[in-house]
Amino acid sequence: MKSKTLFDKIWDSHVVRSIEDGPDVLYIDRHYIHEVTSPQAFNGLKERGIPVFRPGKTIATADHNIPTKDQHLAIRDLQSRNQVDRLNENCKKYGIELFGLNDPKNGIVHVIGPELGYTLPGMTIVCGDSHTSTHGAFGTIAFGIGTSEVEMVLATQCILQPKPKKMRITLEGELHNGVTSKDIVMYIISQISASGATGYFVEYAGSAIKRLSMESRMTICNMSIEMGARGGLMAPDEITFEYLRKLPSIPGIEDLKSSVNEWKKLQSDTDAVFDMDLKFNAGIIKPMITYGTNPGMGMAIDDSIPLSDMNGNKASSSFIKSLDYMGFKPGMKLLGHPIDYVFIGSCTNGRIEDFRAFAQIIKGRRKADNITALIVPGSKKVEAQMLAEGLIELYKEAGFEVRQPGCSSCLAMNEDKIPQGKYAVSTSNRNFEGRQGPGARTLLASPLTAAAAAITGRITDPREFITEELKVKI
Amino acid sequence: MPKVKFDILESTCVPLPFENVDTDQIIPARFLSATSRQGFGDNLFRDWRYTKTGEKNGDFVLNNPAFGGKVLVAGKNFGSGSSREHAVWAIFDYGFRAVVSSFFADIFMNNALNNGLLPIVISDDLLKKLHGMIQKNPDTKVKIDLEKQTFTILSTGDSIRFDINPYKKECLLKGLDDIDFLLSMKSQITSFENHKILVK
Repeated sequence: MKSKTLFDKIWDSHVVRSIEDGPDVLYIDRHYIHEVTSPQAFNGLKERGIPVFRPGKTIATADHNIPTKDQHLAIRDLQSRNQVDRLNENCKKYGIELFGLNDPKNGIVHVIGPELGYTLPGMTIVCGDSHTSTHGAFGTIAFGIGTSEVEMVLATQCILQPKPKKMRITLEGELHNGVTSKDIVMYIISQISASGATGYFVEYAGSAIKRLSMESRMTICNMSIEMGARGGLMAPDEITFEYLRKLPSIPGIEDLKSSVNEWKKLQSDTDAVFDMDLKFNAGIIKPMITYGTNPGMGMAIDDSIPLSDMNGNKASSSFIKSLDYMGFKPGMKLLGHPIDYVFIGSCTNGRIEDFRAFAQIIKGRRKADNITALIVPGSKKVEAQMLAEGLIELYKEAGFEVRQPGCSSCLAMNEDKIPQGKYAVSTSNRNFEGRQGPGARTLLASPLTAAAAAITGRITDPREFITEELKVKI
Repeated sequence: MPKVKFDILESTCVPLPFENVDTDQIIPARFLSATSRQGFGDNLFRDWRYTKTGEKNGDFVLNNPAFGGKVLVAGKNFGSGSSREHAVWAIFDYGFRAVVSSFFADIFMNNALNNGLLPIVISDDLLKKLHGMIQKNPDTKVKIDLEKQTFTILSTGDSIRFDINPYKKECLLKGLDDIDFLLSMKSQITSFENHKILVK
């Protein structure tokens, strides 16, 4: 038998039909929806007069546009309220399970899927959100889709999809203290560019990946889209299974032991061939920060902004435009540069591990006076766990206010906007122009780097806060 | 999803020669709160098109009366970032029917094809040349023939054959939609569910 990659194995077993010279009809095991990219899809069903084909396979949450304060009150923004109301109505009408606002299981779709046990190895998972790639950390084929495709899945539990090419990114070596999985993925993107994996589905492999927790793995898979990849996945292993064993329940799984035995087979064959094979050394990665307006424009925090773009093109209008927007110059160092905001949260770094890491640096310290911080848990469960572990209290003592869960300032659809011209060190995933509000200047970084910046009020190397005794490791 | 036909298009072009134009630039998140597909064109490239105080930014190409047409000629890696189909709806709603680049982000490409907005990939060199020509002469016209899969710059006769998935081409030429196709397969899908093989 021809050897296959993990991606091939999952994909091929979900193809209902291959259209000659066309896309595959791919069966979807799990469909996540939220309030922003689903209403037009439900409208489509209504216009055709057809039901949701398999309502039990779709899970809904409200996360993108919701406020992170006073969630028990009616949403003030009328359009946002309308979207959330429409989601509630549609879920009720079509029999879809919804973890809406104020539900104890509510949260960002890519945080709650895994923590509620809906994301399982070997699945195909889609959602009308590009960071669906997050779920790949469990050994799934998970990717973002548009609203027309949301409609396809609601109508038939399938989508038409051309099979992407396969890339393997192998990471060997030991990570240094103070370097997180966020830095790993930002480093990879800085090396291959924001479009370096376009057309590919990535499998992450290697000893440095194998040592990471599930939360850290999710951060890497999450940002696969920021290198242009259709998605990213990792073979499930003991760390994956242990995460699943600790969940209070897993819907649809009665005998976890036998499922785990099946999931152990989810590996690329040793002689499987990838269309592209890249290798990186984890030992040379430092804490990373972005300086421009796409995630490929990143560098080690103690580095200088390059003099030219990746192609060596000094006068590239896109490169200059980007630095102008940020208020930076080629060759500039960013260490010590004053900042105004810190955002910790999002589907990239809004999990308990991220808040623990942030706490390790701020514990016993005070935030800098010039800093406004937005601390937003990824879900109600994360929020509850923070409370139980005393993190909310610890944050308060350091001068921070903890908000309620949601996507918040990552895309600033709600009121959590960074003002015009202000600098924000953000643990989110995109530093696009205006992403965090019109004119906002985003510097992507890890929770540790965000914590160091929150304490000093400047761009700071988090390793300054890390001693051998305080061995911050995630 | 809408059923849109595409066959032949002859038009002047609107040039946007920046690389890595992401979907947050095409339509910022704060304009995604609508629950229908219409009206997004008003906010297409909102933060480039209007100043902070809401006036038209005269430097931006959509506000330059010299340029117009149904073909948006973009830069490399167009449509990266968020999966929001609203980006395609905004471009289409504004009046564009084709987008030309040397490289598109994957999800944008799928979304465009699902809405009758034709994404055409041409070489970096030809893209650069085309941008140069449009800047020099805003009346530069191109012709897109989907049946023949040709993209032609009319004044020079430069013509290339572009790639498109044959299934998608057929859908666009006939105005068919994926959901009708998938709905016609329901019994096959049910049978797949009943005989689903475990991943091996």
